[in-house]
Amino acid sequence: MAAPAAAAAEAPLIEAVNVSRVLDEAVPVTLVRDIDLAIRPREFVAITGPSGSGKSSLLYLLGLLDLPTTGEVRVLGRPTATISEDERARIRLEGLGFVFQFHFLLPEFTARENVMLPMRALGRLSEAEMRARADEILASLGLAEHAGKRPDQMSGGQRQRVAVARALANDPPVILADEPTGSLDTRSSEQVFAILRALVDERGKTVVAVTHSMELAARMDRRIQIVDGRITADEQTRPAATR
Amino acid sequence: MSLVLDIAFTHVRARARQTLVAIFGVATGVGFSIMMAALMQGSQVDFINKLVDAMPHIAISDERPAPPVQPAERAYDAAAIHGLTPETRRLGIKNPLATMAALETWVPGEIGPGVITRAIIRYAGRDVSVTVNGIDPMREPKISTLATKMRQGSLVSLYRATNAIILGSRLATKIGARIGSTISLTTTTGGQMTAEVVGISHIGVRTADETTAYTLIKTAQILQAQTGIINEIRIRLDDPMIAKDVADRIVRETNYQAVAWMEAQEELLSAFQVRNIIMTTVVGAILLVASFGTYNIISTITHEKARDIAIMKSLGFREVTVRRIFVVEALTIGLVGSVFGCVLGYALCLFLGSFEFEFSAFTDMTRIPLLYSVNHYLIATGVALLSSGIAGYFPARKAARVHPVEIIRGAA
Repeated sequence: MAAPAAAAAEAPLIEAVNVSRVLDEAVPVTLVRDIDLAIRPREFVAITGPSGSGKSSLLYLLGLLDLPTTGEVRVLGRPTATISEDERARIRLEGLGFVFQFHFLLPEFTARENVMLPMRALGRLSEAEMRARADEILASLGLAEHAGKRPDQMSGGQRQRVAVARALANDPPVILADEPTGSLDTRSSEQVFAILRALVDERGKTVVAVTHSMELAARMDRRIQIVDGRITADEQTRPAATR
Repeated sequence: MSLVLDIAFTHVRARARQTLVAIFGVATGVGFSIMMAALMQGSQVDFINKLVDAMPHIAISDERPAPPVQPAERAYDAAAIHGLTPETRRLGIKNPLATMAALETWVPGEIGPGVITRAIIRYAGRDVSVTVNGIDPMREPKISTLATKMRQGSLVSLYRATNAIILGSRLATKIGARIGSTISLTTTTGGQMTAEVVGISHIGVRTADETTAYTLIKTAQILQAQTGIINEIRIRLDDPMIAKDVADRIVRETNYQAVAWMEAQEELLSAFQVRNIIMTTVVGAILLVASFGTYNIISTITHEKARDIAIMKSLGFREVTVRRIFVVEALTIGLVGSVFGCVLGYALCLFLGSFEFEFSAFTDMTRIPLLYSVNHYLIATGVALLSSGIAGYFPARKAARVHPVEIIRGAA
């Protein structure tokens, strides 16, 4: 359970304190309850659990896509409950990258334009700089020759890698992935996993991935298991020394 | 902003056919609004022009607006004198030449003297009450367009006979008189005269053509049995629209009654106001209906693009950015539609203007009066853009509020 000494010294990037999320419906549905969690720099975290256990809900809470009913989520050291929706959007834009089970690229735009979207929303770079940066990210994921293609001209694995490239667009410290390989065949699945692995090991990113595959989870560095909305296990699966 | 434009245009392009239908809707609305406005205002201006041309812009008459203020009233505040009637004095405008000279110094326009008297025309056993206008044929062309409205004869024909008279076209028809007919005139004071018809005028305003006759000033004075009387000074202004102000000033300075043409035609003008309200309502309704099409297409796009919206929001796009995308789409439809609408409107006007009509046997062949004004185009475009913006705003706002999780969860 004890976090590695080096990581423990650094402030957590994402922190959940006593977080519960209850859907306010005719019969209230509790998605997650009493979650205490800290994600530290350069961790590669798997969130696992059976279908409907609340693992995706937890990821959305950590990614500020959803707000907890009680408790608090802190991202990059900032409290997020009391700030405006626009400010939360800003944190997502700059600090968090999302990869979903489906690529969710905008169908009318090319791979390059899709990767440029978050940069343009942020608006810090010139058009030429954004273009260069998008091409660079795509090239680093082995997609150099697909930059000008639209999503429907690419394979599933390629699309998902473009989605990862888009998540990296504004160079966020944290990548949140919801079943990133869930809709891919084995080979593409391996490619995407290798990219995520490299993001942690080589670029020092922090990756939190929801997966139902125990096999995949075992190859990450930390495994958090959710059952019925509660954390039932939180363990290091890879000794810190081997990193 | 270029990001917003990019996405907006992509959406619009992806739905080209529906977008075209929406654009067509706006264009039709704008086009017909412009045509309606040109038609309504055109006919109104045409009518007013006819009216304004046919009569003096300001008519100064010798009627005193009120009994004169008594010396006692001037001296003491408490004094009140009842039962006064306006002075009875010699009719007509005192020293008309001096009055006219005084007015000429500041009134921007032409001034001419006139004599108005009422009489009954008797011809072939028919009696018709008419207003006899004594005019100066040399001066008249400067103060009215009567000279150009002559069906037969001309103003100078009045010099041709001893007692010459010009009849309004409908009046002439009514009594069956023609050029050369000798009619007899009887005034209210018992004066009688026979006169020879030397001309027929046609102004195009029914009441005027039915009840007006023109003679020389001298003839009218003889008819009234008042030598040298001038009881009307008529003014034609360079700009008819300032008639009211000028008339007010004349009342203050001369103490005679001065009636501007718009006062004389108050009821007619208020009828035009009602017509304008109707026009605005109809035009507004056309544009409103057109904006439903825009609302429809934007709603459809936001529905179709719900997933994209959720993605953009999850990536960190702000609500206002998302909203802007769809408002821009709506405005694009509105703008393109307006441009086509302006072209359509102009074409419709040209088309309508190409017809010639004969409204009745009394009128000449006329074209539909149309008024071309940049304002019509600007207003129609403005209203179309505004209604498109509003039509886009509501679905856009709804779309921007979408909770990304709901859609991502639904898609996963």
